[in-house]
Amino acid sequence: MTARELTPILIFAAVAALLPLFVTAGTTLNFAVFTLIICLAAQGWNILGGYGGQYSFGHAAFFGTAAYATAILQVRYGVNPYLGFGIGVALAGVVGFVIGFFSFRSGLRGSYFALVTLAFAEVFRVIANATEITGGAAGILIKLDVRPANFQFADRATFYWVALGLVTAVLVITRALERARLGAQLVAVRENENAARALGVDVLAVKLAAIALSAAITGAAGALYAQYFLYLDSTIAYGTWISVEALLAPIIGGVGTVFGPVLGGVILHSLSEFTKSLVGRIPGVDLVIFGVLLILVVRFPPRDLPGLVRRWRAR
Amino acid sequence: MEAVANGLLTGAVYGLVALGLTLVYGVLHIINFAHGALLTLAMYAAYVAWHAFGLDPYIAIVPLVPIFFVLGYAVQRLVIGPASRGDDSNILLVTLGLSIVIENVMLAVFRSDTLSVQVPYAMEVVEAGPMLLSFPRLVGFGVAFLVAAVLFVILAMTDTGKAIRAVAKERTGSALVGINVSHIYAVTFGIGTACLAVAACLLLPSFYVNPRVGNAFVLVAFTIVVLGGMGSVPGALLGGLFIGVVESLSGLYFGDSLGQLGIFVIFILVLLFRPTGLFGAKA
Repeated sequence: MTARELTPILIFAAVAALLPLFVTAGTTLNFAVFTLIICLAAQGWNILGGYGGQYSFGHAAFFGTAAYATAILQVRYGVNPYLGFGIGVALAGVVGFVIGFFSFRSGLRGSYFALVTLAFAEVFRVIANATEITGGAAGILIKLDVRPANFQFADRATFYWVALGLVTAVLVITRALERARLGAQLVAVRENENAARALGVDVLAVKLAAIALSAAITGAAGALYAQYFLYLDSTIAYGTWISVEALLAPIIGGVGTVFGPVLGGVILHSLSEFTKSLVGRIPGVDLVIFGVLLILVVRFPPRDLPGLVRRWRAR
Repeated sequence: MEAVANGLLTGAVYGLVALGLTLVYGVLHIINFAHGALLTLAMYAAYVAWHAFGLDPYIAIVPLVPIFFVLGYAVQRLVIGPASRGDDSNILLVTLGLSIVIENVMLAVFRSDTLSVQVPYAMEVVEAGPMLLSFPRLVGFGVAFLVAAVLFVILAMTDTGKAIRAVAKERTGSALVGINVSHIYAVTFGIGTACLAVAACLLLPSFYVNPRVGNAFVLVAFTIVVLGGMGSVPGALLGGLFIGVVESLSGLYFGDSLGQLGIFVIFILVLLFRPTGLFGAKA
C-alpha cells in the first residue's frame, strides 16, 4: 500500500481520536462507542456484501457467536477476556466459513442466500434462548470488575479509543483487500460469477475467504459489544436488529468502498439521535427514518449518499 | 392425533399467508420481504375495526380485502416497481425498507403492547369424534381453502387471471400481445396483500397482535413457499398444512421454545438440498 492510500485513513483516525478531548458527557461518548461498534459490524458486512455482492441478512449469527463466546468463556471458564475476545472472533470466522460452505456449495445466490443466512441466525437465536450455557432467556451478565487487565475501563474514552483502533485496523484491512488479488477476484465474482469462473477464479474459495473474514470482523463488533455493555441475551446477540444495522450502514454510506460503512453508520446514528431529540422518546421513530432512507436510496440511483452528492455536483 | 389435527388447522392459515407470497414470487419473480410486516398491518387493521367500530374480525374481511388490495396495488406501482430496475438486490432492499417502516410505524402508534380481541367464540371448541378442535381455527381452515378455491377460479377463468398467468410465464411476450405488464404486476401484488388481509382476520380471534408479530410468520411463510415450490399455489397450501403439523408436533415433543426450530431447520435443509421445493419442477 502506498502512503497516499493510507493517508485518508490515518487522518480519519487522528481526527476521530480527538473527540473525547472535547466531549466529556457520558451519554455522548456512549453514543460514540455504540456507533463505532455498529460501524465495525457494518465493515464486516461490507467485505462480503459490498465487495463480494453476497447480501447476507443474517450477520447477527457472527455478531452473536463472538459476543456469547467472549462472555461465556469469561463467566463460566475464567478465560482472560482478551484471549476470549480472540477466540470469539476466530469462532465467528469459523461459523462464517461453515455457513458459507453449505450455502455457496449449494449454489445459493441473491435472495436465496439472504434467506438462508436469515434462517441460520434465527436458528442460533432460538437455540441460545433455550440452552443453559448462554443463560437462556434471562441472558448472561459479565461481572463488573473494572481493571484494564480485564478489558474493562473506568473511563469511557479508553473504550472509545479501543473501538476506534479496531475500526481503523479494519479500514486498513479493507484497503489492503482492495489491492490484493483476493479483492480483485471478489469484485470479479460480484460483477459476473460465470465470467470470473471462466477466467480461472476459484469462485467457491474466494467466497469462502470473504465470508470468513467478513464474519470475523462482525464478530469483533459482537465481542466488543459484550465487553462494553457486559450483558447479553438472545435477542441482543442474535436479533435481526444487528443484521439490519450491519447492512444498512454500508448501503447508505456506499457499498464496496473503504469508508462507506463508517460514513453510513455515523450518518444513520447521528440522524437517529437527532430525531430522538426532536420528537422525544416515541419508540420506533428512528427506525422509520432508517427504512424511509433505505427505500429512497434504492429508489433513486446511484444508490448511496456519496453518489447522490456527486450527481448533484455534476449538474 | 389431536396435535396433528390442530397442526393441520393452523397450517391452512399459514398456507394462506404463503399463498400471497408464492403468487407474488411466481408472477413478479421477487422475494417480498415486507410480507410479514404487511400481515402485521392487516392484523392491526382488523384490531382497529373491532376496537373502534365493533366489527367482528370475520365480518371485517369484507371491507379489509378491497382496502388491502388497493394498498398492495399502490405499493407495487409506486414503490417497489420503480425501485427495482430489474435488479434482484434492489427489491430485497426496498421490501426490507418497507417492512422496517411498517413495523416501526405500528410500534410508534400502538407501542409494543400485545393486543388481542375478545370475541365470545374465541375459546369455543368443536367435538369431532374423540378430538376437541378450536372453533376459530376450524373457521380459519375452511375460509383458507375457500380463498384458495376462489383464487384458483380467478386465475383459471377470468381475463385478468389469464393475463397474470401469461405474464408469469413470458413477460416480454405478454407485453407484445398488449398486456399492461406493470398493471398486472400491481394487481398480483394486490391479490397477495388481500390474501394477507383474510389471513389476518382469521388469525386475530385466536391469536394476538404486536408490532413484531409478522416476523413469526415471515420465515414460516418463506419455508412453506420454498417447500411447496416457488410460485406453486397448491404447493403453498400443502406446504402450509405440512408445516403446521411439523410445528405442532415439534412443539409437543420439544416444548414451545424449541418448537420453531423444526421449521427453520427444514427451511435450511430444503434451501440447501432441494431449492426447487418438494413439489416444484426441476429448475
